[in-house]
Amino acid sequence: MVLRLLDGSEAIVEAAILAGARFYAGYPMSPATELVEYMAAKLPASGGVCINAATEIEGVNMAMGAAAAGFRAASGSCGQGLSLMQEAIAEAALNETPLVIFNMARNQQDYFQATRGGGWGDYRTITLAPKDLYEAVEHVQLAFHLADLYRVPVIFMGDNLLARTQMAVDIRKFDFGPLPPKDWQLDGTSGGTGASRQIWTFGGGKTNTPGPGPSRHWEQIAAKFDMIATREARHEQGFVDDAETVVVAFGSGGKFVEFVVNQLRAEGRKIGFFRPVTLWPFPGEALERATDACSRVLVFELNAGQMIDDVRLNVGHRRKVRPIGGVSFDESGLNIGPLMDARVIRQRILSALEGEVK
Amino acid sequence: MSIVQTTRPPAVPSTKVANFKPTLLQTEEHHLCPGCGEPVAIRLVLEVILELGLAQNNVCVIGHGCYGSFVMTLDVDCTLCLHGRAPAVSTGVKRMRPDVAVWTLQGDGDMTSEGLAEILHATARGENITCIMLNNGVFGDTGGQMTASSVIGQRTKNTLEGRDAAYHGYPIVICDMVASMQGSAYVARGSVHNAAAIAQTKRLIRKGFQRQLEKKGLSLVEILTMCPTGWFVPAAGGADYMMESLGKTYPLGEIKDVAAAA
Repeated sequence: MVLRLLDGSEAIVEAAILAGARFYAGYPMSPATELVEYMAAKLPASGGVCINAATEIEGVNMAMGAAAAGFRAASGSCGQGLSLMQEAIAEAALNETPLVIFNMARNQQDYFQATRGGGWGDYRTITLAPKDLYEAVEHVQLAFHLADLYRVPVIFMGDNLLARTQMAVDIRKFDFGPLPPKDWQLDGTSGGTGASRQIWTFGGGKTNTPGPGPSRHWEQIAAKFDMIATREARHEQGFVDDAETVVVAFGSGGKFVEFVVNQLRAEGRKIGFFRPVTLWPFPGEALERATDACSRVLVFELNAGQMIDDVRLNVGHRRKVRPIGGVSFDESGLNIGPLMDARVIRQRILSALEGEVK
Repeated sequence: MSIVQTTRPPAVPSTKVANFKPTLLQTEEHHLCPGCGEPVAIRLVLEVILELGLAQNNVCVIGHGCYGSFVMTLDVDCTLCLHGRAPAVSTGVKRMRPDVAVWTLQGDGDMTSEGLAEILHATARGENITCIMLNNGVFGDTGGQMTASSVIGQRTKNTLEGRDAAYHGYPIVICDMVASMQGSAYVARGSVHNAAAIAQTKRLIRKGFQRQLEKKGLSLVEILTMCPTGWFVPAAGGADYMMESLGKTYPLGEIKDVAAAA
């Protein structure tokens, strides 16, 4: 193990290169700016290419081209930039191009964007939301693996804290198992063979090698996402077996909640925590089991209430579910606000518990 | 001088255009309208690719327009990308596979309306790709609406009295814009309205690909293509109408060639 003190963004870039990423196209936007800076500095030395795109739209389409050519490719921004990329993210899902999109979000307001998406068509995006940089090093590599395994776009959901906090971290390689060969890649060699390759959202195929056609193709895509939903849901939980209260939170918020719940447990409170590691697929069945015996479920997220919809869909008795988060920015509107604080979270949990005693 | 016997069917069928199907098409069948110029233009590109020995070393990135249906018949590695984004997607392919010939197939709506940023920035970066723009001055695929390249006075479904500069603005002459940028290596405009123009256009396309192989920068070959359906003229009248309307705004010939300048 080699610990090095790195910026979050630098560690994420190194993990991406370790995962075999060879192409990145990005556009500066806080707090995703350092990602394109480090990519520009480090990718060429690893035989890769980083392009300073003219727009997020251009960047994500370049990455789609690099991925279509058979290479691990990514683009990234913060939530606002991902808004511009939605058409391409949907396209990658529907034409089956493996693509990784980094969202170094300003806050936690991009939950709906990531899990519902803004593109057209029946598609989903696997979304990995690490709680800290240690987990991020694994998730970056997992994102590229899952993208290749299922030929889908995968969103890596970080935030301001993750991108801009320095930590001593070990960039080690993770092995997630074998992958299918990329026999679909556009390498230019199949022209004139009568069996040339095609990547196309409508799944039409060619005259000699007809595809399923749009309706059947999109049906197959939808079935694939159903299959992914049963296989790839990930979560972390603690103290849920005898908990009267379970607190649900994701990403950095999940790490803060875990810390507070550990404190309250030490003080004798029957409380547990549950953290969706994948925002999609949402670990709904695990949450249902984890909250089956408890009497209340508190949802902490730094937004006006987004993940709480998924929590209510999966907790057996939806009236158990209460929000304890909220919109919280600093004065610039670019950074996480005062709510992401262990003392504040502790107070909100205790208020919720006491509120019910009265 | 022999006299053609017309009182009975000929012993051998007459020669059809389809007999000249390029090797790199899986079928000569297509669904484009009578009088359309796009199949001829695409044939020229495919012949050039074959003649340059690039049949098994090229990737085509197709935009959105009538020509998009060739994604099912082109016998080359291809992807049909989002509207206007072909130069961006091609950039990703080319940067990862610098030794593969990468070309886009776009229309004027695709390149000058939806995708102006992509073509200009790809040019600015000097990407070694060849962009083929089929220009008929309308959105043919949706039935003949105005694009950024429709010419002044041109009647379309949303400029019924003709494109009026005071109301609709002026056409974008993409070749001039691209030629003015340092990253372009070759810019030319051809046409498929008669046999001579077709032969000349093929030479332009070949030069465009040659500049890519020489890694000189971006090459753009615009090809004026007839769209009688989108222009609301008889199929046989497309060629004359084209040279009377688009041909006046978009003169044929080479606009820039870095090889010639060097």
